[in-house]
Amino acid sequence: MSSTDTEAPEADAVDASADEAVEALVARLRITLGDALVESDADGGLVWVRVQRDAWADLANCLSHREGFGFFNFLSAIDWMPSPFGREMDSAVDNVLNAVEPGEPAATETGAAGGDTRFQLLARVNDVSTGRSVIAKADLPEDDLRAPSWVPTYPGADWHEREAWEMFGIDFDGHPGLRHLYLPGEFEGHPLRKDYPLLARRVKPWPGLVDVELMPEPGEGGDGKGGAS
Amino acid sequence: MTVTERQQLSYIAAQAADARVNLEIETEGMTLNIGPQHPATHGTLRIVAKLDGEQVVSAEPVMGYMHRGYEKLAEVRTYPQVTTLINRIDWLGSFANEVPFILAAERLMEVEAPPRAQWIRTILFELSRIANITLFLGDMAVQVGAITPVFFAFRDREHVLNQIEAATGGRFHPNFDRIGGLKDDLPAGWVAETRQAMRKIRTFCDQIEELVEGNEIFQARTRGIGVIPADIGLSYGLSGANIRASGVDWDLRRDSPCGLVHDQVDWKVWTHPDGDSFARFWVRLQETREATKIVDQLLDAIPSGPIMAKVPVIIKVPAGEAYVETENPLGVMGYYVVSKGDVYPFRVKIRSASFSNVSITPWLLKGVYVPDIITILGSLYFILGDIDR
Repeated sequence: MSSTDTEAPEADAVDASADEAVEALVARLRITLGDALVESDADGGLVWVRVQRDAWADLANCLSHREGFGFFNFLSAIDWMPSPFGREMDSAVDNVLNAVEPGEPAATETGAAGGDTRFQLLARVNDVSTGRSVIAKADLPEDDLRAPSWVPTYPGADWHEREAWEMFGIDFDGHPGLRHLYLPGEFEGHPLRKDYPLLARRVKPWPGLVDVELMPEPGEGGDGKGGAS
Repeated sequence: MTVTERQQLSYIAAQAADARVNLEIETEGMTLNIGPQHPATHGTLRIVAKLDGEQVVSAEPVMGYMHRGYEKLAEVRTYPQVTTLINRIDWLGSFANEVPFILAAERLMEVEAPPRAQWIRTILFELSRIANITLFLGDMAVQVGAITPVFFAFRDREHVLNQIEAATGGRFHPNFDRIGGLKDDLPAGWVAETRQAMRKIRTFCDQIEELVEGNEIFQARTRGIGVIPADIGLSYGLSGANIRASGVDWDLRRDSPCGLVHDQVDWKVWTHPDGDSFARFWVRLQETREATKIVDQLLDAIPSGPIMAKVPVIIKVPAGEAYVETENPLGVMGYYVVSKGDVYPFRVKIRSASFSNVSITPWLLKGVYVPDIITILGSLYFILGDIDR
């Protein structure tokens, strides 16, 4: 019910105090973690902190036990490498139709709170009593994809780390058992890496495009499927 | 000492006594495979339980039978095409899956849906919740051996699905939410019919309350069974009714509304202090009633105006990262969307509620009796599509 004009300054005041709270939180984390806290960012209620890999478990400890972020939301990773298969993973047919020229892959760009390496850990925790939340990030060097496990602090990280392990190939030190979660045991490769091809898409043209090309003329008595919107 | 504490203590004492008996007669462990096909699993979840007599020593859920790789597939689809995929995550409350993704994309594009669209979105969001939880209320009784309530549930859920179908064209997979608004406006006469459906759902809740909640067998099978303390539930990422049943007063609809208009109506967040299977059932029952009240109030005050904001025909989302989470029927659902300014999302991390809700089962099932596995799984209420994605 706060959409009236008279309450607008009050909303600004709330925003300002929220910004201060974020700054205070980052300052407290910096005291605990020191230089290991690389960067922080805040935008529209979201707060990002990026730490060095070695401080990954310390960050979880600090957030959980000191700052009251008791709710473990999720843990995953991002592969920042642009897809080597062009703009998307289309098959050769689609690329001809779209007039896509094979070219050099775009430069790697990273998002909020920056990043230096291809792989980045991503996790989020909430404080349910105050509604605050933090998104944590950590860079992982490509030749040594391992990080300390969050399981001792947040037991719920168990399955999330197993998922990140099989999807990105990230090892978690101290995890009770990194086994396949979704994929069959003999599966090879890490599907969510950008250089893992989506084979079904590579070998078969995108049906929508082909339907547009083959759509019969009106009145010719085609089967009428595809292309219609 | 509260009733709950007494129940917990008596339960622990019973377990300890049994463990002593087992020690004396030297039982041999056995492994019991539950599923992948089991009515309590809402899909294909397999539980490998190591038993000592009638008690579970360790239980390990095995999933992936329905893994469809949506996070990978979303990277090769345009933003409007992604909603088709994510409709199939929690298939009993499909529309609710679309909302956080669309809100995340809108946030990156800095587009806001017009008030009428926000209003109708919230109504459909709550209708998804009712359709979803109605089935749970009937299904929970099946887990303890009562067959009738599930027929009531299927009968009355149909009223809600009819309304969703009338508005969106799809019973299960509406695919109705668009970046910047909704596909269509409501059909004529829809408001009155929805009100009628809400009345029927309230009657259904009363029936379930009379049939199931007070039933002696139901109480004996659920009270004090599968107790989750609040802090442990939170550290496992439990959300939704599961954590509210442990006394945590946290509901994103009230605490951080974004893009939906739950803050415009008068409603209550229900919690239960016990944290057992019964509490989870009870909280969901109250939530269904509360959702019908939310829908009724929203129906009274749908603003007029357009249902689509001005958005380009080809949707290119500016580079950036956004995370939006909403209180879905099964719990907190969020999408972490990374965009690089293209028509395709660069990375979509799907935070689904059931995945975290089920991750507590190895801890929770330790020491329970075999028949309680079923009631505990039933009361945690998960949809396999929401676990496997």
